[in-house]
Amino acid sequence: MADTSTGLRRRDALASRLVQVGFLAAVIVLWYLAATRWGVNRLLLPNPVAVFDNLVDILRSGEYIDDLKVTLGELAAAFAISVTGGVTLGYLVSRSPYAIRVFEPLFAAIYAIPIILFLPLFVLFFGLGPASKIALGAAISFFPIAINTITGFGTVDRSYVTAARSMGASDYHLFRHVLVPAALPVILSGLRMGFTVALLSIIGSETLASLAGLGHRIVHLAESMEMARMFAYIVFVIAIAAILNAVVSGLEARGRRN
Amino acid sequence: MATAQAAIKVRGVSHQFGEEGEQRFVRALADTSLDVARGELMCLIGPSGCGKSTLLNAIGGLMRPSSGSVDVMGKAVTGPLPRDIAFVFQESALFPWNTVIENIELGMTFQGVAKSERAGRAGQALEAVGLKDFARHYPAQLSGGMRQRAALARALSLETPILLMDEPFGALDEQTRMILGEDLSVLLARSGRTIVFVTHSLGEAVFLADRVAVFSARPGTIKQVIAVDEPHPRKPEFVTSEKFTALRNQLYGLLHDEIRKTVLQSGLGAAARQDAGPA
Repeated sequence: MADTSTGLRRRDALASRLVQVGFLAAVIVLWYLAATRWGVNRLLLPNPVAVFDNLVDILRSGEYIDDLKVTLGELAAAFAISVTGGVTLGYLVSRSPYAIRVFEPLFAAIYAIPIILFLPLFVLFFGLGPASKIALGAAISFFPIAINTITGFGTVDRSYVTAARSMGASDYHLFRHVLVPAALPVILSGLRMGFTVALLSIIGSETLASLAGLGHRIVHLAESMEMARMFAYIVFVIAIAAILNAVVSGLEARGRRN
Repeated sequence: MATAQAAIKVRGVSHQFGEEGEQRFVRALADTSLDVARGELMCLIGPSGCGKSTLLNAIGGLMRPSSGSVDVMGKAVTGPLPRDIAFVFQESALFPWNTVIENIELGMTFQGVAKSERAGRAGQALEAVGLKDFARHYPAQLSGGMRQRAALARALSLETPILLMDEPFGALDEQTRMILGEDLSVLLARSGRTIVFVTHSLGEAVFLADRVAVFSARPGTIKQVIAVDEPHPRKPEFVTSEKFTALRNQLYGLLHDEIRKTVLQSGLGAAARQDAGPA
């Protein structure tokens, strides 16, 4: 029985994987047909074969490295700031029910605002370089991290705390062995959400106002009408984003298990 | 009961939740006194909401009663006493992120047991409750009965003279409950611990207890204490003996009226209070 059901599940998983691959293949075929047969302007939609050739060229030449370094550096700095700030502040707020009542709705309301609207202000304050991207990315990813940290620490089951206290747990014991492990799964999903919005906002703001970075490169290619190469960079960025998200999700799943 | 020997002395304990006039105001315990001798197993039984668990928490220092005093091993209780008292809660309160063995060792870490001693004591405790093969399992991988065994092992490993158990088998099915009760009786007969055991089950109370304290309806206080004169460990045959049946019936008689009162309080009582309006 068990064997049959895992077998079935595996077949289901394989089938949905096939549908996903088939869908992507269909999009590429339609793209190819649109570019070669249906006469869509090459400036709007370059031939996928040309895009592929450009991608190979980009990877071979290594010309992407400088822009990738800029973007990843901004991401790392922004995420480090928002994790430090969000987790610390979230923890402090979670210690008092009054603070939770004040700050949780406030953070949630700010989180719902498209903070990217303030990009011009960030540029005025921090300039066109990486600093404005770091500040924006940190500001945007701070909120999901702080909110989930508040929720994680604020909703620890009282019975665990009571049990620990009855056995003589000190404040440090309680934090290290009860509060942190109880809150960790919720905090980790906050970190994943924060990472995603930091990545999106940094690449997005690079396309709007910047001097370097992958987003900047894409806009630059668009403005010089090198559409095939621009598409190749878009594919490259998508691949980088997918890899980073897979890594972060993997770390999250591992953290949950421990 | 010679007072000098008492492990637990409860004197005139009353407790209320909230302030008079408030919606949530509840008088849970009224002027309750009780002595539990060293090595004795005392069962607390009564209608729901009668304050049995409140009294247990007051003894364990998990809450301060509104008035009255509690002494444990000759000391006034003002907070948790991890060296004297270990708890087993209804829902095991094992930490789900730790394995069974980690849970047991963590309890000893909290209590301040030296690292070199922890593994040995955890192994003994697991052996005693018959969970040796499940040391590396997580609580979620165990049945309800096994989880309570693990919680009991955690409490035993703390080697406290007193064990407070708050309906530890309350969430289990009848068969599991019976087996756990028999095992507990054997285990505790050897250990010489003082135990206060809160239960809803008349049979469980008679089977386990040296004495049973019967609570009245809210505000709860001890109505009568009944001695069960039967040596530990108790044999399964005890359940079918006339003595068991007689004691069980006596308890039933004492409780029946109180449970009726509780039902009336919660149903008609609420309506009557509303009629009266703000006084």
